[in-house]
Formats: sequence, structure tokens, C-alpha cells
Amino acid sequence: MAMADSGKPAFWSLQNISYQAYRLKNRPELIIGLLALGFLSFVVLVPLLQIIKDAFTFQSYDLAYNPDGVVGEFTLFHLDRVFNQPISAALFYKPLVNSLKMGFFVTVIALTVGFSLAWLMVRTNVHFKGVFGAMLVFPYMMPSWVMAIAWLSLFKNDRVGGSEGLLTYWTGTQAPDWVAYGLFPIVITLALHYYAYAYLLISGALATVDSELEEAGATSGMGKWKRIRVITMPLLMPAIGSAIVLTFIRILGTFGTPALLGLPVRFFTFSTQIYASINARNQGDAFVLALVLIVLAISFIWINSRIIGVRKSYVTMTGKGFRKHESDLGKLRWPATVFVILFLCMTVALPLILLLWESLTLIPGDYSLSNLTTYFWVGQGNVNLAYGEPGVIHNKGIMGALINSIKLGFAAALFNGVLGLLVGYAVVRGRGKRLSQWLEAIAFAPYIFPSIALGAIYIGMFSTSIGPVPALYGTFTILILITVIKNLPFTSRTGIAAILQIHQSLEEAARVQGIGWFRRMFRIIIPLSMSGVVAGMLLTFITAMRELSLIILLISPGNMVLTGLIFGYQEQDMAQHSSAVTLMLVLIIIIISVIVRVMSRSAGVGRLNTT
Amino acid sequence: MGQIRLDGIVKSYGKEVVVKNLDLTVQPGEFLTILGPSGCGKTTTLRMIAGLEEPDQGNIQLGERVVFSRADGVVIPPEARRLGLIFQSYALWPHMTVAKNITLALKEQNISKADIARRLENALEMVQLTGYAGRYPSELSGGQQQRVAVARLIALRPSILLMDEPLSNLDAKLRTEMRASLKRLHRDLEATTVYVTHDQIEALTLSDRVIIMNDGRIMQEGSPYDIYHHPANIFVAEFIGDPGINLFNGTIANGVLDCGAVSIPLPDAIARHGGDLIAGIRPEKMHVSETAKDGWLKARTEILQPTGANTIVEVKVGDTPITLMQPGFMTLPAGTELWLQFDPESLSFFDTDTQENLRNKVG
Repeated sequence: MAMADSGKPAFWSLQNISYQAYRLKNRPELIIGLLALGFLSFVVLVPLLQIIKDAFTFQSYDLAYNPDGVVGEFTLFHLDRVFNQPISAALFYKPLVNSLKMGFFVTVIALTVGFSLAWLMVRTNVHFKGVFGAMLVFPYMMPSWVMAIAWLSLFKNDRVGGSEGLLTYWTGTQAPDWVAYGLFPIVITLALHYYAYAYLLISGALATVDSELEEAGATSGMGKWKRIRVITMPLLMPAIGSAIVLTFIRILGTFGTPALLGLPVRFFTFSTQIYASINARNQGDAFVLALVLIVLAISFIWINSRIIGVRKSYVTMTGKGFRKHESDLGKLRWPATVFVILFLCMTVALPLILLLWESLTLIPGDYSLSNLTTYFWVGQGNVNLAYGEPGVIHNKGIMGALINSIKLGFAAALFNGVLGLLVGYAVVRGRGKRLSQWLEAIAFAPYIFPSIALGAIYIGMFSTSIGPVPALYGTFTILILITVIKNLPFTSRTGIAAILQIHQSLEEAARVQGIGWFRRMFRIIIPLSMSGVVAGMLLTFITAMRELSLIILLISPGNMVLTGLIFGYQEQDMAQHSSAVTLMLVLIIIIISVIVRVMSRSAGVGRLNTT
Repeated sequence: MGQIRLDGIVKSYGKEVVVKNLDLTVQPGEFLTILGPSGCGKTTTLRMIAGLEEPDQGNIQLGERVVFSRADGVVIPPEARRLGLIFQSYALWPHMTVAKNITLALKEQNISKADIARRLENALEMVQLTGYAGRYPSELSGGQQQRVAVARLIALRPSILLMDEPLSNLDAKLRTEMRASLKRLHRDLEATTVYVTHDQIEALTLSDRVIIMNDGRIMQEGSPYDIYHHPANIFVAEFIGDPGINLFNGTIANGVLDCGAVSIPLPDAIARHGGDLIAGIRPEKMHVSETAKDGWLKARTEILQPTGANTIVEVKVGDTPITLMQPGFMTLPAGTELWLQFDPESLSFFDTDTQENLRNKVG
């Protein structure tokens, strides 16, 4: 039987085909990898190509402007409109300048605040570190526009009609327009949200900078500031760089805050202009703008990686801390502590109090005690109040949206958990192979799509059926799909990390003992990666619940979720309803994030010894 | 019973060929050790037998069964090869108790519950871990974890046993103990065993037969005795033995090997070879005298390393360094004069160009 010549048979020979089939069967990571690659190409790359195609061809909605155009024919019409016509100033150049201004100022402020807080928390002996640590990341869990709603409760003026804010109620004066609306409040409220990203990234990196490195500098005669400049800062640069890029891209794609605070004074950014164009049925414009946004995002990532250099790995958010040197603040210890407390009051307590208060006022704009009511929580509906819309617990629309939000959170968490684990498995077990590299790259690709742009892409793709896939526009499925895809960079990283910590031999030992793939997955891989994956799933749940920018273009009455409902109430100037629903959303998120904290702590302590 | 047969196995990672046309047969019940420096392809070979790696070419046969044939398009996955493998890291599942670790694979087969319980008890007893069934691996010492890995194999009763450096994570004392228990395991299971290590002591003490690999090729195969006493080439001569073999480069002149300060007597068969040669002798095979003897080489001690039972003595004859190993605990001052004599029977001779052992060829 054993053949003397053991050379390879011809590629198309029966032996070779059966051999390759056998091989594939024995390599589950290959099969999973191929399936995942196919699926992700379909939901990430195809939509991108689709909107590029749509942006460069005549669409039926263009015929109003171009009676001679043939649908489907190549045209530069959309590009011309966006870049080179009188309308371009309003359509493209102003939103561009506004977006860049907004991005620049928010990033500068958020980074400064985040860096200072990270330094205080990691490197000094400021008081109450435990409580502060939990509270400082609180805004990170919230929808980014909660602060904007709170801002309106404070500073709303008579510009758009309806009620006025707390400032007017107390002082009798109107807040000027530039305080109430436009760039200034947008920058302030976004910065007070996005500092948390910078804080998380930089404190994580600071915690892994070994004090010994600095002490080595000290023993070679460097002064304190020189040590910071020469040793600490260069080590922090990757984290700072990625904090800048992360913040900037998210701000470019964010919709809620610029919509709430910018639209009343016709202050347009890219995201709100895309929204406006889609609503005006000028999808071609929206697609071109979305493409520009993606190009911008890619450029920032590229510039960042060029500046930071080869160390392009992003610092992990959960760097394991070790005992490090804390400098004594001396007389400044209490002032610094009070500063953090005040900061937390402003970013955490104040918005929530304002939301609660607003939700309890009967007549909007009257903040006196006698005007307090629980009507908007428990009222049955009254034609004289808020268009007869019933209070939260009797409101079918709100309860439906709540159920949808929870469903969306669950579905996204579940699919993301499974997909992340499978992608992690295929990437780690196939390490060194091209398939593994491709898969890792494509799972990371949604990161470069600003949320609103991804939403625009999905409108373009799923408004008609593609092969066996039916038209998904307006369905609940499309919300799940886009949420899963947008979260994939995060969950696939969680999955990769979880699989990496399971030594390959643990699975091989089972293989050799005759245990098949499914049993290996369920008895060994899943139990051992569970804690990390579940924590990742809960975070996905939170992200899905609070998401607005991503799905604003895709929601309709048929698939309404809480965030969309809040935005609708806010647009109709129903401040009590929007505040009450926001508060409800925030409470759900707080509960889940407490569970996450408890879980990841117990997972950290109970880490099983695998050697 | 399990014979293992490898024919023409080639394996490469990218452009680097790590196993080069390997032929290997392990007889039923034999204990074979593959010994070699790290990166020589020994672990890859073992993993190919287990099915965890796929050869690029060649055939692998376990017992009567072809489990891999590139030419015939056969690939049997590891889960169907029915063999036992002990990993360097033990590969115990940290989230399962000792009992679960041992019985998980048994539950996969059609074995009655009572039988599984009996096998578990029996396996634990054999590795002296009775009463540890409810523990988790993290609650056991390194040696105990190792024994659980062994018990897991015992319970499965494979007819082929593969071990990948199973002792390298243990401290020196435990290693000696575990060596004995692995030998017992092999005897009790009567399994065909392939053992991979870079530790020559393990290879020499455990094996029926040793294969020395280097750079993806077999350098020599033979009994531990042969490997030690009749190294096939300079690589094997230098790799085996601690302290290492003494090698002398020289030219044949007048029936002796002239190596400068040292001249080595040659048997006739070797002397006829003519030209350049390398002679080798193990440190413990040199005759040593503390008093002057006629015709012996005069040497001066440089460094002494008493290890307890033996003493490693580094000396110089003129400028030529020689390492000796003498029984007993020696405490000579440096610079002491010693007299040395080569034992003609213990000398090996190697071709300077091919590095092959000449005596093996000559007969």
C-alpha cells in the first residue's frame, strides 16, 4: 500500500480533491474563517461598493434635476452638486468646516480633560479613587446626547418657540443664541461626554508604564519634568494618538448632539447634512458626503499610524495594574479632590437631576415646586397636555420602543458574542495564514466607517432585495445587522483575546482523545472564554441600547427604539416625555453596567490557572 | 498492536523545510525516543503522527491503518487516530475537576457508567492520586498535574503513546521520579511509545531505541548504548555526553594521528585511511595517573569541578585542552601534573570532510 513515490498528485486529480476535502473537514477554523469572511464581505464590502456605484450613476430620484439622465448610467452629477455648484457651500463646504471645527475643539478639550483626570487618578494620591474610577467612566456608558438634552433644559431660549429653560425661569433673561445653540454648546456637551474615551485609554496606558522606567531616569540624573517629557510621554503616545483618532472619528459620525443643538440655528455638520439630504430624498448627495466622511476617517487613522510609527497596536483598555509610584499632591490633595467632585457633579449628577426635574414639570418652563407632577410618568393621557400623549407607563409607543430597544440589545449582544467568538477562534487558530489576516482586517473595517455613514451605506444597500436577501429597509433586522457590524471591531477583539488565553494544547488534548469539534467548543472553548465574552456582550448590549447616530437613518415607526423616540419627542418639543424616556434608558444602562463591573471583577479574581 | 510507520515525510512552514524526507518505523511495544536540539523537527514529527500537523508529502501508518497519505489523499483527523498524547504543558482543562478531566473522553465512547467509574479509580490509583478526584488542576502541584495527565491516558488505554517533552516543566528531583513512573506506564500499558525530548539523560535512561535528529534529518538511530559508544558522526558525538566528548583534529603520520602536542595511536585499519582525521574520546575513557608513567602524556590541571560522585577535570597538554571525568571527589590544586593515556578501544575516528564515523564503516 505505502507508495514508493510520495510526490503530490495533479491538482485536479480525484485523490487531490478528496484530500483537500478531507483537510477542510479536519480544519474547523478554516471552515468558520471562510464562512465569516464571506458573510463579512457581504455586509461590509458590498455595501461600500454599492454606494460608490450609486454615487457615480444616475438614480431615479435624480431625474427631477436631469430629465435627460438614464438611470444607472455613469455620471459625475452627484460629485458636481456636492463640490462644484452654488449649492455646494451649504451642502458640503459649510458642514465640512463645521465638522472639522467641532472635531478639533472637542478633541482638544476632551483630551486635555481626559489626560488630566487620568494623571490625577493613576499618578497622584487624590482621595476617593474607587468611587471616582467608577463615576468617571459613567458618561462613556450614556448616550452622547444626554448632555445636550440637559443643556437645553438649562439654556433653551425663545428662538424655536415653546418653553424656555431653567436659566430664563430663574433670572428672567434669555440665554443668547450662541450659548443655547450652535458650535459652542455642541463642543462643550460633546467634550463632557468624549473625555471618557481619552480618560480610559490614557489611564490604561499610564497604569502600564512601569514606574521603574522613570526611576531609572531619576537615577541617571533627570529632573521630574524631563522624565515626563523624555520617558513617560513617548510611552503614552500610542494611547494618546489612538484617543485622538477615536474621538475625532466618533465626533465626525455623531448625530444626536449636533442635531439637537445645531439644527434650530441651521448649524449643519456632515452627519446632520447627510440626515437632511436623505430626508430630502437626495440620497446621491448623502452617499457622496458619507464617502467623504469615510475618506476623512481613513486619512486620520493613516496619519496617526504614520506619526506614532510601527507600534500601531492600541493600548488595551483593561491593562492589568501593578503597584506604582504615586506622587503626593501635598496641600493640593483636597483641592484636587474637590475639583474632581465638582467635575462629576457637572457631568453626571447635574444632567440626571435636570432630566428628572424636566420630566416632573407639568407646564414646561415652569420649574417651581407647585408645578411638579408625576403625570408624564403615570398619566393616562389628556388632550390638553403634550398632544394627549400618555405618561411613560401607559404609553404604548414608549413601551413598544422599550421592548424593541431591549430586543435590539439582546440580539446584538447575542450575535456579536457568537460572531466575535467564532471570528476570534478562526483568527487565532489560523494565525500566520492569509485567511486569518484577511478576517481580522475585515472584522476591524467597520471601525473606519463613521456611524452615520454606515447608516447611509445600509440605506443604499438594503432598500431593494439582493439575490436571496429581501429588502431590509424599515425592518427590525436591519437595525440588528448594522448594530452587530458596527460593534464587530470591538467584539472580535474580545473574542481574539479570549481565545488567545486558551492555550492551543487544551484543545489539542481533547482532539487527540477523540472529542469532536462541537463537544470541544461547548465543553472547553466556550466555558474557558465565557467571562470575557459575556462582559463584551453586556457592553454591546449597552452600546446597542444607547445608539442613535448609527440607526437614525434606518428607523421608522415600524422599528422604533427608545433613542429614536427620544429624538422624535425632542423634535416636537415634548421635553417632559423626552426627559422621562431618556432617564429610563439611563437607568437601564446603569443597571447593566453595574452588572458588567461586578462580573468583570469576579472574572479577574477567579482567573483559572491554565499552566 | 501498534506499529508506527512513517515514509518519506516532508514538512515545511513557508519556505523553511523542517522535516526532510523522514523514514521511521517504531515496533509494537517499543519505547522510541526522538532526541535533538530545539528546532530540529522532533516535535513537528510527533505532532504529524498525532495528526495535529499535516505533512506536505509522505505516508503515515498506525498499526494496520493508513492515517495519512498525500498520494492516496487520506487524512484521518487526530480525533479518529485513537492514540494518547502527553503535552509539555500537561494540557489539563482548568475548569474541570481531576475526575472530569479523566472521564471526558471516555463519555464520548460507548462505555458504561460503571466501567468509566472503575477506569477512573484504577487510573488514579496507578498514579497514586486516589482521593484527588474532586480537585481542580490549579489546586495541584506541578508533579500532581503531570500525574493527572498520565492518568487521563491510562484511562483511555491507547495502544500508541506519544509524549512531547513531558518532564521539562518539572524541577530536577521530580524529573527523576517521573522518569521512573513513565517507564512503568509504558510497561503497564504495553503501548508503542514515541517520546520527544532534548534531554539526553531522559533519552538514554528511558528508551529501547533512540533517534537523533538535527535540522529535519535523522542523524543516527540505535540503542542508547550504541548512540553513546558508537556515534555515527561528529554531531551525535558532540550532542551526546555531558561533559562533551574530546575531539582532536590531526594528520596521519607514521601510524599515529599527529595533533600537535598530542599524538594518538591508530588501529591499522584507520591508519591506512591516510590524510586528515578527527579523533574523539569521552572524558571518562581517558586513563589517568597521578604519578609519572613512561610514554604517557604529561598534563597540567586547570579547573576542577567536583559533582559529588565524579569530578570533571579540565587539563592542558601543551596548548591542547582535554576534559577528563574521574570517579570520586577530587581536590587537586590547579597546576598539578597528571599523566594521560588514550584507550585505543574507546577512540572514535571521524572523516574531516564528511564528519562520518570511520570505524562504523570499517567495521
